[in-house]
Amino acid sequence: MMKDVTLGQYFGGNSVLHRADPRAKLLFSLLYIVMLFFVKSAAGFAFVTLFTVFLVLISGVPVKIVLRSVRPLALIIALTAFLNIFWTTGDTLLFEWGFIHIYLEGIIFALFMALRILLLVVGMSVALTYTTTPLALTDAIEELLSPLKKVHVPVHDFAMMMTIAMRFIPTLIEETDKIMDAQKARGADFESGGLVEKAKALIPILIPLFVSAFKRADDLAVAMECRCYRGGEGRTKLKELHYGKCDLLLLAISTVFVAGIILCNVFLPYISI
Amino acid sequence: MAEPFIIAENLSYTYTDEDGDSTDALKGVSFTVNAGEYVAVLGHNGSGKSTLAKLLNVILTPSGGKLTVGGHVIHSEMSEDEVFDVRRDVGMVFQNPDNQLVATIVEEDVAFGPENLGIPREEMRMRVDDALKTVGMYEHRANQPHRLSGGQKQRVAIAGVIAMMPKCIVFDESTAMLDPRGRAEVMQTIRRLNQDFGMTILHITHYMDEAVMADRILVVNDGEIYRDGTPKEVFADVEGLRRVGLDVPQGRELMHELSRSGIRFDDKPIDIEHCAELLLAKYNALK
Repeated sequence: MMKDVTLGQYFGGNSVLHRADPRAKLLFSLLYIVMLFFVKSAAGFAFVTLFTVFLVLISGVPVKIVLRSVRPLALIIALTAFLNIFWTTGDTLLFEWGFIHIYLEGIIFALFMALRILLLVVGMSVALTYTTTPLALTDAIEELLSPLKKVHVPVHDFAMMMTIAMRFIPTLIEETDKIMDAQKARGADFESGGLVEKAKALIPILIPLFVSAFKRADDLAVAMECRCYRGGEGRTKLKELHYGKCDLLLLAISTVFVAGIILCNVFLPYISI
Repeated sequence: MAEPFIIAENLSYTYTDEDGDSTDALKGVSFTVNAGEYVAVLGHNGSGKSTLAKLLNVILTPSGGKLTVGGHVIHSEMSEDEVFDVRRDVGMVFQNPDNQLVATIVEEDVAFGPENLGIPREEMRMRVDDALKTVGMYEHRANQPHRLSGGQKQRVAIAGVIAMMPKCIVFDESTAMLDPRGRAEVMQTIRRLNQDFGMTILHITHYMDEAVMADRILVVNDGEIYRDGTPKEVFADVEGLRRVGLDVPQGRELMHELSRSGIRFDDKPIDIEHCAELLLAKYNALK
Protein backbone atom coordinates (compact mmCIF):
# COMPACT_ATOMS: atom_id res chain seq x y z
CA MET A 1 0.00 0.00 0.00
CA MET A 2 2.65 2.49 1.06
CA LYS A 3 4.68 1.53 -1.99
CA ASP A 4 2.24 3.37 -4.20
CA VAL A 5 2.75 6.77 -2.58
CA THR A 6 3.57 9.06 -5.49
CA LEU A 7 6.59 11.27 -5.26
CA GLY A 8 5.48 14.86 -5.05
CA GLN A 9 2.00 15.27 -6.43
CA TYR A 10 2.63 14.72 -10.12
CA PHE A 11 -0.56 14.15 -12.07
CA GLY A 12 0.22 12.74 -15.51
CA GLY A 13 -1.13 14.41 -18.64
CA ASN A 14 -0.24 15.96 -21.95
CA SER A 15 -1.36 19.56 -21.58
CA VAL A 16 0.61 22.66 -22.54
CA LEU A 17 1.64 22.94 -18.89
CA HIS A 18 2.86 19.34 -18.86
CA ARG A 19 4.86 19.77 -22.04
CA ALA A 20 6.41 23.12 -21.20
CA ASP A 21 10.04 23.14 -20.13
CA PRO A 22 10.35 22.79 -16.35
CA ARG A 23 12.65 25.83 -16.25
CA ALA A 24 9.98 27.93 -17.94
CA LYS A 25 7.39 26.66 -15.49
CA LEU A 26 9.64 27.39 -12.54
CA LEU A 27 10.23 30.95 -13.72
CA PHE A 28 6.55 31.36 -14.49
CA SER A 29 5.67 30.21 -10.96
CA LEU A 30 8.06 32.73 -9.46
CA LEU A 31 6.54 35.47 -11.59
CA TYR A 32 3.07 34.34 -10.54
CA ILE A 33 3.91 34.53 -6.84
CA VAL A 34 5.55 37.94 -7.11
CA MET A 35 2.74 39.41 -9.19
CA LEU A 36 0.14 38.06 -6.80
CA PHE A 37 1.49 40.44 -4.18
CA PHE A 38 1.10 43.43 -6.48
CA VAL A 39 -2.62 42.83 -6.88
CA LYS A 40 -4.43 45.43 -4.82
CA SER A 41 -7.95 46.00 -6.11
CA ALA A 42 -11.15 44.01 -6.43
CA ALA A 43 -10.86 44.10 -10.21
CA GLY A 44 -7.29 42.81 -9.94
CA PHE A 45 -8.33 39.91 -7.75
CA ALA A 46 -11.19 39.09 -10.09
CA PHE A 47 -8.73 39.04 -12.99
CA VAL A 48 -6.20 36.81 -11.18
CA THR A 49 -8.97 34.45 -10.07
CA LEU A 50 -10.16 34.09 -13.65
CA PHE A 51 -6.59 33.63 -14.81
CA THR A 52 -5.97 30.88 -12.24
CA VAL A 53 -9.18 29.11 -13.19
CA PHE A 54 -7.95 29.30 -16.79
CA LEU A 55 -4.64 27.68 -15.71
CA VAL A 56 -6.49 24.87 -13.94
CA LEU A 57 -8.61 24.29 -17.04
CA ILE A 58 -5.69 24.10 -19.47
CA SER A 59 -3.68 21.88 -17.11
CA GLY A 60 -6.30 19.15 -17.45
CA VAL A 61 -5.94 18.29 -13.76
CA PRO A 62 -9.39 17.55 -12.32
CA VAL A 63 -10.72 20.35 -10.09
CA LYS A 64 -11.34 17.85 -7.30
CA ILE A 65 -7.66 16.95 -7.18
CA VAL A 66 -6.59 20.60 -7.29
CA LEU A 67 -8.84 21.36 -4.34
CA ARG A 68 -7.25 18.48 -2.46
CA SER A 69 -3.99 20.46 -2.35
CA VAL A 70 -5.85 23.34 -0.70
CA ARG A 71 -7.43 21.28 2.06
CA PRO A 72 -4.37 21.02 4.33
CA LEU A 73 -4.06 24.81 4.15
CA ALA A 74 -7.69 25.56 5.00
CA LEU A 75 -6.82 26.17 8.64
CA ILE A 76 -3.99 28.56 7.81
CA ILE A 77 -6.21 30.47 5.39
CA ALA A 78 -9.00 30.70 7.96
CA LEU A 79 -6.63 31.80 10.70
CA THR A 80 -5.03 34.48 8.51
CA ALA A 81 -8.44 35.85 7.58
CA PHE A 82 -9.62 35.75 11.19
CA LEU A 83 -6.59 37.62 12.56
CA ASN A 84 -6.75 40.22 9.80
CA ILE A 85 -10.38 41.02 10.61
CA PHE A 86 -9.47 42.02 14.17
CA TRP A 87 -6.09 43.58 13.66
CA THR A 88 -6.73 45.84 10.67
CA THR A 89 -7.81 49.37 11.41
CA GLY A 90 -9.60 51.68 8.99
CA ASP A 91 -12.15 54.49 8.72
CA THR A 92 -15.45 52.65 8.60
CA LEU A 93 -16.19 51.13 11.98
CA LEU A 94 -18.77 48.38 11.67
CA PHE A 95 -18.80 46.75 15.07
CA GLU A 96 -17.44 47.55 18.48
CA TRP A 97 -17.51 45.50 21.64
CA GLY A 98 -15.03 46.11 24.42
CA PHE A 99 -11.58 46.01 22.93
CA ILE A 100 -12.83 44.45 19.70
CA HIS A 101 -13.14 46.82 16.76
CA ILE A 102 -14.10 45.53 13.36
CA TYR A 103 -13.67 47.81 10.38
CA LEU A 104 -14.93 47.35 6.82
CA GLU A 105 -11.33 47.63 5.64
CA GLY A 106 -10.43 44.73 7.93
CA ILE A 107 -13.04 42.49 6.37
CA ILE A 108 -11.97 43.40 2.84
CA PHE A 109 -8.31 42.93 3.70
CA ALA A 110 -9.03 39.55 5.29
CA LEU A 111 -10.98 38.39 2.25
CA PHE A 112 -8.21 39.52 -0.08
CA MET A 113 -5.52 37.79 2.01
CA ALA A 114 -7.44 34.52 2.08
CA LEU A 115 -8.03 34.71 -1.65
CA ARG A 116 -4.36 35.46 -2.25
CA ILE A 117 -3.18 32.38 -0.32
CA LEU A 118 -5.80 30.24 -2.03
CA LEU A 119 -4.74 31.44 -5.49
CA LEU A 120 -1.08 31.01 -4.57
CA VAL A 121 -1.56 27.35 -3.68
CA VAL A 122 -3.81 26.53 -6.61
CA GLY A 123 -1.66 28.36 -9.16
CA MET A 124 1.59 26.83 -7.92
CA SER A 125 0.18 23.33 -7.86
CA VAL A 126 -1.18 23.39 -11.42
CA ALA A 127 1.73 25.33 -12.90
CA LEU A 128 4.38 23.28 -11.14
CA THR A 129 3.80 20.39 -8.78
CA TYR A 130 0.89 18.67 -10.57
CA THR A 131 2.40 19.04 -14.03
CA THR A 132 6.13 18.51 -13.42
CA THR A 133 7.87 15.32 -12.30
CA PRO A 134 10.25 15.78 -9.35
CA LEU A 135 13.10 14.66 -11.61
CA ALA A 136 12.35 17.36 -14.20
CA LEU A 137 12.07 19.89 -11.41
CA THR A 138 15.49 18.89 -10.07
CA ASP A 139 16.98 19.23 -13.54
CA ALA A 140 15.37 22.64 -13.94
CA ILE A 141 16.74 23.86 -10.61
CA GLU A 142 20.19 22.59 -11.53
CA GLU A 143 20.06 24.33 -14.92
CA LEU A 144 18.73 27.60 -13.57
CA LEU A 145 21.29 27.72 -10.78
CA SER A 146 24.18 26.65 -13.01
CA PRO A 147 25.59 30.21 -13.27
CA LEU A 148 26.36 29.86 -9.54
CA LYS A 149 28.89 27.15 -10.41
CA LYS A 150 31.22 29.97 -11.42
CA VAL A 151 31.36 31.11 -7.81
CA HIS A 152 31.95 27.49 -6.70
CA VAL A 153 28.49 26.71 -5.42
CA PRO A 154 28.19 22.89 -5.74
CA VAL A 155 24.94 23.06 -7.73
CA HIS A 156 25.39 19.67 -9.38
CA ASP A 157 26.04 17.97 -6.06
CA PHE A 158 22.85 19.38 -4.56
CA ALA A 159 20.85 18.22 -7.56
CA MET A 160 22.41 14.75 -7.28
CA MET A 161 21.53 14.62 -3.59
CA MET A 162 17.93 15.56 -4.39
CA THR A 163 17.69 12.84 -7.03
CA ILE A 164 19.11 10.19 -4.73
CA ALA A 165 16.83 11.26 -1.90
CA MET A 166 13.83 10.90 -4.20
CA ARG A 167 15.08 7.55 -5.43
CA PHE A 168 15.33 6.19 -1.89
CA ILE A 169 12.05 7.47 -0.45
CA PRO A 170 10.04 4.42 -1.64
CA THR A 171 12.85 2.04 -0.67
CA LEU A 172 12.98 3.42 2.87
CA ILE A 173 9.20 3.42 3.21
CA GLU A 174 9.19 -0.24 2.24
CA GLU A 175 11.93 -0.91 4.74
CA THR A 176 10.02 0.89 7.50
CA ASP A 177 7.04 -1.37 6.81
CA LYS A 178 9.27 -4.42 7.07
CA ILE A 179 10.90 -3.32 10.31
CA MET A 180 7.51 -2.49 11.82
CA ASP A 181 6.24 -5.95 10.93
CA ALA A 182 9.38 -7.53 12.34
CA GLN A 183 9.03 -5.61 15.60
CA LYS A 184 5.33 -6.39 15.83
CA ALA A 185 6.15 -10.06 15.41
CA ARG A 186 8.43 -9.67 18.41
CA GLY A 187 5.59 -8.20 20.42
CA ALA A 188 6.15 -4.48 19.94
CA ASP A 189 3.06 -2.36 20.45
CA PHE A 190 2.73 0.78 18.36
CA GLU A 191 -0.94 1.57 18.88
CA SER A 192 -1.70 1.85 22.58
CA GLY A 193 -0.41 4.27 25.19
CA GLY A 194 -0.12 8.02 25.32
CA LEU A 195 1.91 10.30 23.13
CA VAL A 196 5.14 9.66 25.03
CA GLU A 197 4.72 5.88 24.89
CA LYS A 198 3.95 6.04 21.18
CA ALA A 199 7.02 8.14 20.53
CA LYS A 200 9.11 5.72 22.57
CA ALA A 201 7.72 2.81 20.56
CA LEU A 202 9.19 4.38 17.44
CA ILE A 203 12.76 4.02 18.71
CA PRO A 204 13.01 0.30 17.82
CA ILE A 205 11.96 1.27 14.30
CA LEU A 206 14.20 4.27 13.85
CA ILE A 207 17.43 2.67 15.01
CA PRO A 208 17.41 -0.26 12.54
CA LEU A 209 16.18 2.11 9.85
CA PHE A 210 19.11 4.45 10.40
CA VAL A 211 21.63 1.63 10.55
CA SER A 212 20.37 0.25 7.27
CA ALA A 213 20.21 3.69 5.66
CA PHE A 214 23.90 4.21 6.44
CA LYS A 215 24.71 0.78 5.03
CA ARG A 216 22.78 1.64 1.89
CA ALA A 217 24.53 4.98 1.57
CA ASP A 218 27.87 3.22 1.84
CA ASP A 219 26.94 0.63 -0.80
CA LEU A 220 25.56 3.28 -3.11
CA ALA A 221 28.69 5.40 -2.84
CA VAL A 222 30.85 2.44 -3.86
CA ALA A 223 28.47 1.53 -6.69
CA MET A 224 28.52 5.12 -7.95
CA GLU A 225 32.29 5.25 -7.87
CA CYS A 226 32.44 1.98 -9.77
CA ARG A 227 30.29 3.56 -12.44
CA CYS A 228 32.95 6.23 -12.86
CA TYR A 229 31.10 8.98 -11.00
CA ARG A 230 33.40 11.85 -10.09
CA GLY A 231 31.15 14.83 -9.72
CA GLY A 232 29.53 17.06 -12.27
CA GLU A 233 32.62 17.85 -14.32
CA GLY A 234 32.78 16.39 -17.83
CA ARG A 235 29.35 14.82 -17.48
CA THR A 236 26.87 14.67 -20.30
CA LYS A 237 23.14 14.19 -19.89
CA LEU A 238 20.75 11.72 -21.47
CA LYS A 239 17.93 14.21 -21.50
CA GLU A 240 18.69 17.81 -22.14
CA LEU A 241 16.12 20.48 -21.51
CA HIS A 242 14.88 22.32 -24.57
CA TYR A 243 12.61 25.30 -24.83
CA GLY A 244 9.83 24.71 -27.35
CA LYS A 245 6.52 25.97 -28.66
CA CYS A 246 4.78 25.38 -25.34
CA ASP A 247 7.23 27.72 -23.67
CA LEU A 248 6.41 30.49 -26.15
CA LEU A 249 2.78 29.97 -25.30
CA LEU A 250 3.63 30.13 -21.61
CA LEU A 251 5.52 33.37 -22.28
CA ALA A 252 2.45 34.79 -24.03
CA ILE A 253 0.25 33.74 -21.12
CA SER A 254 2.57 35.39 -18.60
CA THR A 255 2.64 38.60 -20.64
CA VAL A 256 -1.16 38.74 -20.57
CA PHE A 257 -1.05 38.00 -16.86
CA VAL A 258 1.39 40.81 -16.00
CA ALA A 259 -0.31 43.29 -18.35
CA GLY A 260 -3.73 42.44 -16.88
CA ILE A 261 -2.60 43.06 -13.32
CA ILE A 262 -0.94 46.36 -14.20
CA LEU A 263 -4.00 47.55 -16.12
CA CYS A 264 -6.32 46.58 -13.25
CA ASN A 265 -4.14 48.42 -10.75
CA VAL A 266 -3.96 51.57 -12.87
CA PHE A 267 -7.45 51.85 -14.36
CA LEU A 268 -9.71 49.98 -11.96
CA PRO A 269 -8.39 50.78 -8.48
CA TYR A 270 -11.83 50.42 -6.81
CA ILE A 271 -12.05 48.71 -3.42
CA SER A 272 -8.31 48.50 -3.08
CA ILE A 273 -6.08 47.79 -0.12
CA MET B 1 45.95 -18.11 -27.55
CA ALA B 2 43.72 -15.51 -25.93
CA GLU B 3 45.19 -12.45 -24.27
CA PRO B 4 45.26 -12.47 -20.49
CA PHE B 5 42.99 -9.73 -19.13
CA ILE B 6 43.57 -10.19 -15.41
CA ILE B 7 46.95 -11.29 -14.10
CA ALA B 8 47.43 -11.79 -10.38
CA GLU B 9 50.91 -12.67 -9.16
CA ASN B 10 51.36 -13.55 -5.52
CA LEU B 11 48.53 -11.11 -4.74
CA SER B 12 47.77 -10.44 -1.09
CA TYR B 13 45.49 -8.18 0.87
CA THR B 14 45.43 -7.52 4.59
CA TYR B 15 42.56 -5.84 6.43
CA THR B 16 43.47 -3.82 9.49
CA ASP B 17 40.67 -2.93 11.87
CA GLU B 18 40.51 0.03 14.25
CA ASP B 19 42.27 -1.86 17.04
CA GLY B 20 45.22 -2.50 14.76
CA ASP B 21 44.43 -6.20 14.45
CA SER B 22 45.07 -7.42 10.95
CA THR B 23 43.48 -10.24 9.00
CA ASP B 24 44.92 -11.68 5.83
CA ALA B 25 42.04 -11.86 3.39
CA LEU B 26 44.22 -12.93 0.49
CA LYS B 27 47.52 -14.72 1.04
CA GLY B 28 49.52 -14.59 -2.15
CA VAL B 29 47.21 -15.82 -4.88
CA SER B 30 48.29 -16.21 -8.50
CA PHE B 31 46.00 -16.77 -11.47
CA THR B 32 45.13 -15.34 -14.87
CA VAL B 33 41.82 -14.70 -16.55
CA ASN B 34 41.89 -14.47 -20.34
CA ALA B 35 39.89 -11.96 -22.33
CA GLY B 36 36.51 -13.42 -23.24
CA GLU B 37 36.68 -16.08 -20.56
CA TYR B 38 33.84 -16.83 -18.14
CA VAL B 39 35.29 -17.61 -14.74
CA ALA B 40 33.35 -18.41 -11.58
CA VAL B 41 34.94 -17.74 -8.21
CA LEU B 42 33.67 -20.10 -5.52
CA GLY B 43 34.27 -19.94 -1.85
CA HIS B 44 32.36 -19.91 1.43
CA ASN B 45 31.84 -16.73 3.44
CA GLY B 46 35.07 -15.07 4.50
CA SER B 47 37.17 -17.00 2.00
CA GLY B 48 38.44 -13.79 0.43
CA LYS B 49 36.44 -13.95 -2.78
CA SER B 50 34.76 -10.58 -2.32
CA THR B 51 38.08 -8.97 -1.46
CA LEU B 52 39.35 -10.25 -4.78
CA ALA B 53 36.45 -8.55 -6.58
CA LYS B 54 37.09 -5.25 -4.82
CA LEU B 55 40.75 -5.29 -5.84
CA LEU B 56 39.84 -5.64 -9.51
CA ASN B 57 37.94 -2.37 -9.43
CA VAL B 58 40.36 -0.39 -7.26
CA ILE B 59 37.87 -0.18 -4.39
CA LEU B 60 40.77 -1.75 -2.48
CA THR B 61 44.41 -1.82 -3.50
CA PRO B 62 46.73 -4.80 -3.00
CA SER B 63 48.89 -5.03 0.12
CA GLY B 64 51.41 -7.18 -1.71
CA GLY B 65 52.12 -8.90 -5.00
CA LYS B 66 51.11 -7.61 -8.39
CA LEU B 67 47.72 -7.25 -10.02
CA THR B 68 47.29 -6.23 -13.65
CA VAL B 69 43.82 -5.57 -15.03
CA GLY B 70 43.44 -4.83 -18.73
CA GLY B 71 47.03 -3.65 -18.92
CA HIS B 72 46.76 -1.35 -15.87
CA VAL B 73 48.79 -2.25 -12.82
CA ILE B 74 46.64 -1.74 -9.71
CA HIS B 75 48.49 -0.05 -6.86
CA SER B 76 47.71 2.36 -4.06
CA GLU B 77 49.26 5.44 -5.68
CA MET B 78 47.15 5.49 -8.83
CA SER B 79 45.99 8.90 -10.03
CA GLU B 80 42.29 9.62 -10.31
CA ASP B 81 42.50 9.33 -14.09
CA GLU B 82 44.16 5.92 -13.95
CA VAL B 83 41.47 4.64 -11.57
CA PHE B 84 38.86 6.06 -13.95
CA ASP B 85 40.43 4.11 -16.84
CA VAL B 86 40.35 0.83 -14.91
CA ARG B 87 36.72 1.33 -13.90
CA ARG B 88 35.80 2.12 -17.48
CA ASP B 89 37.17 -1.31 -18.46
CA VAL B 90 35.85 -3.29 -15.51
CA GLY B 91 32.19 -2.96 -14.61
CA MET B 92 30.84 -4.28 -11.37
CA VAL B 93 27.42 -5.58 -10.35
CA PHE B 94 26.85 -5.85 -6.61
CA GLN B 95 24.74 -7.99 -4.35
CA ASN B 96 21.90 -5.70 -3.33
CA PRO B 97 19.98 -4.47 -6.37
CA ASP B 98 18.40 -1.64 -4.38
CA ASN B 99 21.65 -0.10 -3.29
CA GLN B 100 23.18 0.38 -6.72
CA LEU B 101 20.43 2.15 -8.63
CA VAL B 102 20.85 5.91 -8.57
CA ALA B 103 18.04 7.47 -10.57
CA THR B 104 14.27 7.46 -10.20
CA ILE B 105 13.62 6.28 -13.77
CA VAL B 106 15.04 3.06 -15.24
CA GLU B 107 16.56 4.59 -18.38
CA GLU B 108 18.04 7.50 -16.43
CA ASP B 109 19.76 4.99 -14.20
CA VAL B 110 21.19 3.06 -17.14
CA ALA B 111 22.43 6.40 -18.51
CA PHE B 112 24.23 7.24 -15.26
CA GLY B 113 27.48 5.47 -16.18
CA PRO B 114 27.67 6.79 -19.77
CA GLU B 115 26.85 10.27 -18.43
CA ASN B 116 29.85 10.03 -16.15
CA LEU B 117 32.02 8.99 -19.08
CA GLY B 118 30.90 12.07 -20.99
CA ILE B 119 29.39 10.14 -23.92
CA PRO B 120 27.62 12.44 -26.45
CA ARG B 121 23.84 12.40 -26.19
CA GLU B 122 22.93 10.66 -29.48
CA GLU B 123 25.35 7.82 -28.81
CA MET B 124 24.20 7.60 -25.21
CA ARG B 125 20.59 7.21 -26.32
CA MET B 126 21.67 4.29 -28.53
CA ARG B 127 23.77 2.68 -25.83
CA VAL B 128 21.01 2.94 -23.24
CA ASP B 129 18.42 1.44 -25.57
CA ASP B 130 20.75 -1.35 -26.67
CA ALA B 131 21.74 -2.18 -23.11
CA LEU B 132 18.11 -2.32 -21.99
CA LYS B 133 17.23 -4.56 -24.94
CA THR B 134 20.18 -6.85 -24.17
CA VAL B 135 18.89 -7.51 -20.65
CA GLY B 136 15.26 -7.59 -21.82
CA MET B 137 14.14 -4.54 -19.85
CA TYR B 138 13.47 -2.16 -22.75
CA GLU B 139 9.72 -2.05 -22.20
CA HIS B 140 10.32 -1.01 -18.59
CA ARG B 141 12.55 1.95 -19.54
CA ALA B 142 10.16 4.62 -18.24
CA ASN B 143 9.31 2.72 -15.07
CA GLN B 144 10.45 3.52 -11.55
CA PRO B 145 13.01 1.08 -10.10
CA HIS B 146 11.06 0.47 -6.90
CA ARG B 147 8.18 -0.96 -8.91
CA LEU B 148 10.39 -3.73 -10.36
CA SER B 149 11.12 -7.19 -8.97
CA GLY B 150 14.55 -8.04 -7.57
CA GLY B 151 15.60 -9.87 -10.73
CA GLN B 152 14.42 -6.98 -12.89
CA LYS B 153 16.28 -4.44 -10.76
CA GLN B 154 19.41 -6.50 -11.00
CA ARG B 155 19.04 -6.65 -14.78
CA VAL B 156 18.69 -2.86 -14.85
CA ALA B 157 21.91 -2.67 -12.83
CA ILE B 158 23.57 -4.95 -15.40
CA ALA B 159 22.25 -2.75 -18.23
CA GLY B 160 23.80 0.24 -16.45
CA VAL B 161 27.16 -1.52 -16.60
CA ILE B 162 26.76 -2.76 -20.20
CA ALA B 163 25.95 0.77 -21.38
CA MET B 164 29.45 1.77 -20.28
CA MET B 165 30.80 -0.91 -22.65
CA PRO B 166 33.39 -2.40 -20.32
CA LYS B 167 35.68 -5.23 -21.40
CA CYS B 168 34.97 -7.20 -18.27
CA ILE B 169 32.11 -7.41 -15.79
CA VAL B 170 32.57 -8.62 -12.24
CA PHE B 171 29.45 -10.01 -10.56
CA ASP B 172 29.96 -9.84 -6.82
CA GLU B 173 27.35 -12.32 -5.54
CA SER B 174 24.81 -10.59 -7.73
CA THR B 175 22.32 -13.43 -7.44
CA ALA B 176 22.57 -13.94 -3.68
CA MET B 177 19.54 -11.79 -2.79
CA LEU B 178 17.27 -12.95 -5.59
CA ASP B 179 14.51 -15.55 -5.72
CA PRO B 180 15.03 -18.60 -8.01
CA ARG B 181 13.29 -16.87 -10.90
CA GLY B 182 15.34 -13.70 -10.56
CA ARG B 183 18.50 -15.80 -10.37
CA ALA B 184 17.61 -17.63 -13.56
CA GLU B 185 16.98 -14.30 -15.34
CA VAL B 186 20.31 -12.91 -14.25
CA MET B 187 22.24 -16.09 -15.05
CA GLN B 188 20.77 -16.15 -18.54
CA THR B 189 21.83 -12.53 -19.05
CA ILE B 190 25.35 -13.26 -17.82
CA ARG B 191 25.70 -16.19 -20.21
CA ARG B 192 24.49 -14.12 -23.14
CA LEU B 193 26.97 -11.36 -22.39
CA ASN B 194 29.78 -13.87 -22.46
CA GLN B 195 28.68 -15.89 -25.48
CA ASP B 196 27.17 -13.23 -27.75
CA PHE B 197 29.32 -10.24 -26.82
CA GLY B 198 32.54 -11.96 -25.84
CA MET B 199 32.67 -10.10 -22.56
CA THR B 200 35.08 -11.33 -19.90
CA ILE B 201 33.01 -12.43 -16.90
CA LEU B 202 34.13 -12.98 -13.35
CA HIS B 203 31.22 -14.34 -11.37
CA ILE B 204 31.65 -14.55 -7.64
CA THR B 205 29.10 -16.88 -6.10
CA HIS B 206 28.46 -19.60 -3.60
CA TYR B 207 25.84 -21.35 -5.69
CA MET B 208 27.30 -24.52 -7.21
CA ASP B 209 24.74 -24.77 -9.99
CA GLU B 210 25.75 -21.27 -11.15
CA ALA B 211 29.45 -22.06 -11.06
CA VAL B 212 28.83 -25.04 -13.34
CA MET B 213 27.94 -22.69 -16.19
CA ALA B 214 31.38 -21.08 -16.24
CA ASP B 215 34.32 -22.05 -18.46
CA ARG B 216 36.53 -22.26 -15.45
CA ILE B 217 36.20 -22.25 -11.68
CA LEU B 218 38.56 -20.73 -9.15
CA VAL B 219 37.94 -22.10 -5.69
CA VAL B 220 39.13 -19.72 -3.00
CA ASN B 221 39.60 -20.95 0.52
CA ASP B 222 41.09 -19.10 3.45
CA GLY B 223 42.73 -16.49 1.21
CA GLU B 224 44.33 -19.01 -1.10
CA ILE B 225 43.45 -20.54 -4.45
CA TYR B 226 42.36 -24.06 -3.56
CA ARG B 227 41.41 -25.32 -7.02
CA ASP B 228 41.64 -23.89 -10.52
CA GLY B 229 40.12 -25.78 -13.42
CA THR B 230 37.08 -26.55 -15.54
CA PRO B 231 33.86 -27.25 -13.61
CA LYS B 232 34.26 -30.95 -14.34
CA GLU B 233 37.79 -31.05 -13.00
CA VAL B 234 36.94 -29.05 -9.90
CA PHE B 235 33.81 -30.96 -8.99
CA ALA B 236 35.50 -34.34 -9.53
CA ASP B 237 37.04 -33.98 -6.09
CA VAL B 238 33.91 -34.11 -3.94
CA GLU B 239 35.72 -34.88 -0.67
CA GLY B 240 38.23 -32.10 -1.21
CA LEU B 241 35.51 -29.51 -1.75
CA ARG B 242 33.61 -30.71 1.30
CA ARG B 243 36.71 -30.22 3.38
CA VAL B 244 36.67 -26.48 2.56
CA GLY B 245 32.95 -26.19 3.30
CA LEU B 246 31.64 -26.34 -0.26
CA ASP B 247 29.03 -28.57 -1.81
CA VAL B 248 28.97 -30.03 -5.31
CA PRO B 249 26.08 -29.93 -7.79
CA GLN B 250 23.34 -32.41 -6.85
CA GLY B 251 23.84 -34.76 -9.82
CA ARG B 252 27.52 -35.00 -9.06
CA GLU B 253 26.80 -35.67 -5.41
CA LEU B 254 24.43 -38.51 -6.22
CA MET B 255 26.98 -40.15 -8.53
CA HIS B 256 29.65 -39.76 -5.89
CA GLU B 257 27.54 -41.41 -3.18
CA LEU B 258 26.64 -44.25 -5.54
CA SER B 259 30.25 -44.92 -6.42
CA ARG B 260 31.14 -44.93 -2.74
CA SER B 261 28.67 -47.75 -2.23
CA GLY B 262 30.24 -49.71 -5.03
CA ILE B 263 28.44 -48.63 -8.18
CA ARG B 264 31.23 -47.31 -10.38
CA PHE B 265 30.81 -44.96 -13.33
CA ASP B 266 33.36 -44.23 -16.06
CA ASP B 267 32.71 -40.53 -16.12
CA LYS B 268 32.23 -37.79 -13.52
CA PRO B 269 29.56 -35.60 -15.10
CA ILE B 270 28.17 -32.44 -13.53
CA ASP B 271 25.08 -31.64 -15.57
CA ILE B 272 21.80 -33.30 -14.68
CA GLU B 273 21.04 -34.69 -18.18
CA HIS B 274 24.39 -36.40 -18.45
CA CYS B 275 24.02 -37.89 -14.97
CA ALA B 276 20.56 -39.20 -15.83
CA GLU B 277 21.88 -40.81 -19.00
CA LEU B 278 24.66 -42.58 -17.16
CA LEU B 279 22.30 -43.74 -14.43
CA LEU B 280 19.87 -45.13 -16.96
CA ALA B 281 22.66 -46.94 -18.79
CA LYS B 282 23.90 -48.39 -15.51
CA TYR B 283 20.40 -49.45 -14.53
CA ASN B 284 19.84 -51.22 -17.84
CA ALA B 285 23.24 -52.92 -17.60
CA LEU B 286 22.61 -54.11 -14.04
CA LYS B 287 19.20 -55.49 -15.02
